[in-house]
Amino acid sequence: MHSSPELLLEARGIRKSYHKDKIELPILRGIDVGFVTGEMSALVGRSGSGKSTLMHLLATLDQPDSGEVWFNGARIDNQSRARRDHYRNSQIGIIFQFYHLLPELSAIENVLAPAMIRRSVLGYLRDRKSLRLRAEAMLDRVGLLTRSHHQPSEMSGGEMQRVAIARSLMSDPKLLLADEPTGNLDTETGATILSLLRELNREDELTIVMITHDDSIAETADRCYRMCDGLLEDNASDAAKNSRSDSAKLETVAA
Amino acid sequence: MYRLLLCFRYLRTRYIALASIISVTLGVATLIVVNSVMAGFSAEMHERLHGLASDIVIECHASGGMPDPDAHLDEINRIVGDQIAGSSVSVHVPSMLGIDFNGQLITHHVNLVGIDAETYDNVSHFGRYLLHPDNKESVTFDLREDGYEEAREGFPHSGWGHRRKRAREQKYLEAERKRIAELSREAARLASGKPQKDSPEMVESDGPSIGFGGPTLGTVLPEGIREEGAGESPVYFDAETDQYPGIILGIATCSNKSRDAEGNVRDHYYCRPGDDVRLMFPNASDKPKVVNQKFTVVDLYESGMSEYDSTFAFVRLDQLQDFRGMIDPISGTTSVTTIQLKLIEGADLNAVRDALRQRFPPDTYAYSIQTWRDMQGPLLAAVRLETTILNILLFLIIAVAGFGILATFFMIVVEKTRDIGTLKALGASGSGVMSIFLSYGLLLGIVGSGVGLIGGIAFVHNINDIASVIEKITGQEVFDPTVYYFTEIPTILNPFTLAWVMAGAIAIATTASVLPAIRAARMHPVAALRFE
Repeated sequence: MHSSPELLLEARGIRKSYHKDKIELPILRGIDVGFVTGEMSALVGRSGSGKSTLMHLLATLDQPDSGEVWFNGARIDNQSRARRDHYRNSQIGIIFQFYHLLPELSAIENVLAPAMIRRSVLGYLRDRKSLRLRAEAMLDRVGLLTRSHHQPSEMSGGEMQRVAIARSLMSDPKLLLADEPTGNLDTETGATILSLLRELNREDELTIVMITHDDSIAETADRCYRMCDGLLEDNASDAAKNSRSDSAKLETVAA
Repeated sequence: MYRLLLCFRYLRTRYIALASIISVTLGVATLIVVNSVMAGFSAEMHERLHGLASDIVIECHASGGMPDPDAHLDEINRIVGDQIAGSSVSVHVPSMLGIDFNGQLITHHVNLVGIDAETYDNVSHFGRYLLHPDNKESVTFDLREDGYEEAREGFPHSGWGHRRKRAREQKYLEAERKRIAELSREAARLASGKPQKDSPEMVESDGPSIGFGGPTLGTVLPEGIREEGAGESPVYFDAETDQYPGIILGIATCSNKSRDAEGNVRDHYYCRPGDDVRLMFPNASDKPKVVNQKFTVVDLYESGMSEYDSTFAFVRLDQLQDFRGMIDPISGTTSVTTIQLKLIEGADLNAVRDALRQRFPPDTYAYSIQTWRDMQGPLLAAVRLETTILNILLFLIIAVAGFGILATFFMIVVEKTRDIGTLKALGASGSGVMSIFLSYGLLLGIVGSGVGLIGGIAFVHNINDIASVIEKITGQEVFDPTVYYFTEIPTILNPFTLAWVMAGAIAIATTASVLPAIRAARMHPVAALRFE
């Protein structure tokens, strides 16, 4: 199979339904979408449109009924459990609406978590100095170095989301999946998170896929895909490709 | 790495889980205390039983015993001589002990043992249980001047000093009785006008109960027996300077323990070293007659085993053989009823016993050949059974605690659902998540049983202080010395027992965390992330 070289992540004919008491509830009804390397894309849709499910499939947290997920030129959805664990751990970063920090760990320990998960005890102890330096650098990047020993319960929502971003950057991923990163924050804090993401996209050439229900946030992205009832509304988005440097608004068809 | 970090963090932050392992802690502590007390108890009992009983006992049930013990010993040496470290012969005979106490005769069934003081101590512990410190070193059947357990509270003054004092009182009473008898005979003669022959006896036999409440050995025994016994005593017997053949009584045959109003245990002695007692036992003939003999108590025997202390009385072997007619008047060979053998260290008791049984088959010889374990089998088995049952029960308690851990862990897994989802989203494998909870359970088990171990050991070390505190609070004696004959609670901490109690408790705690851990591992990451 051939995949377009500039597409970092690609979904091909993804279908997914949930079963409840023998009633089939289709969530995704054939999604074909590709995310271009280095771009910041947005997936917009109302609640129940299937955008979160799509993100879970892209992150291999779940498996599609049919269809394929390709990452960096290789199919990943049918890989072994260990491979998919490694993909989530090292190839991509994920941030969530509710931050999902581990409440028992301090900020820096949360940032270190992916590195700890990857390594055995001995391996971690061997690398701990360099890992710690990297974690501090990541916290510095999101502007929270001074809070590194604070527990999540001592932080505000925006701070927690920034710790979560630092954590997702720990493994130096190529791709960042963000599920409603500002959904639980006020507009102002949300804006700082968005500008942080944009900064990461620009400076580190990080490919970002952001899921949101808010059109105004989606408009800040380089590219916008609109989802409705398990289908992508704008399939002709190739034509609407904007240049990365241009932060122009995306003309949406269905708007 | 995250597994270790997380389970240590959970340990520090989830106090509910710590609460759930308190029962493990208590169970472990109780198991350790119970096991060490039981082990101490049974070790003490083993030691005492073994010390008292000698390794192998050959008993002859015939009333005349087995003739020529030396020939028997030669034969035994020929069969199992390489295993024998020592031997002693003795005569056991059932008898009745009569003690005169404040004018009343106190009788007690005893097992009268004639021993050879020299060899008897080689086969079993004997001297060490006597009260007089010199007798502990080397046993004699002569009364000592004094020095019998003077430190012991409530123990009356004993020895020659006591005997002389009592003898003088006795003489004075005798003289007084004679004087009164004389007076009453005079009075009766005057009253009736003619002399009466029977009156002196009547007055005399009534005398002790009416006129004289004091100790009057000699008058209280029935006439017939007294006559027979009197024939054996020296004609010029002076109790102030002479003694009858010596006897060592088991302490419980002549004393009883009871509580006074304050609840303290007091010993009451019916007789003590220096007093005379009377023993009646059958002689060795085929048509046994009662031998009635006075003995002088020269010491008391206190082994701590109530069975022994309340049944044994020891006299000299040659004297007992003489009294029972066990010495052949023509050839001079003696008979004994019992041969006791002590085996060398590490000898196989049962093999020696079986070899001897083969030589002296029970169908031909009326001998019973037993090891000390055979003789005390039921008691030892009872202690073992008790220990086993207690262990099973206490492990059930820990198992109950295991279910508590199971429930708590399920709660913690549910509470941590979102974190489990997060970990999986960050690339943690199912087995990794599972091992967080397994090692959490292991860690809880280690902490719980470790605290229990420390607590248990501390309890065992201070068990006697704790017992006395409990006694003070409840007013109830925890370890009743009237029952156990131990002054303090014996304990033994066996490292092997500690290890398996710990291992068992940790295994239970870990096993209880398996199901919740599997549940956590199987949790679907998406469902877990969505969990509110």
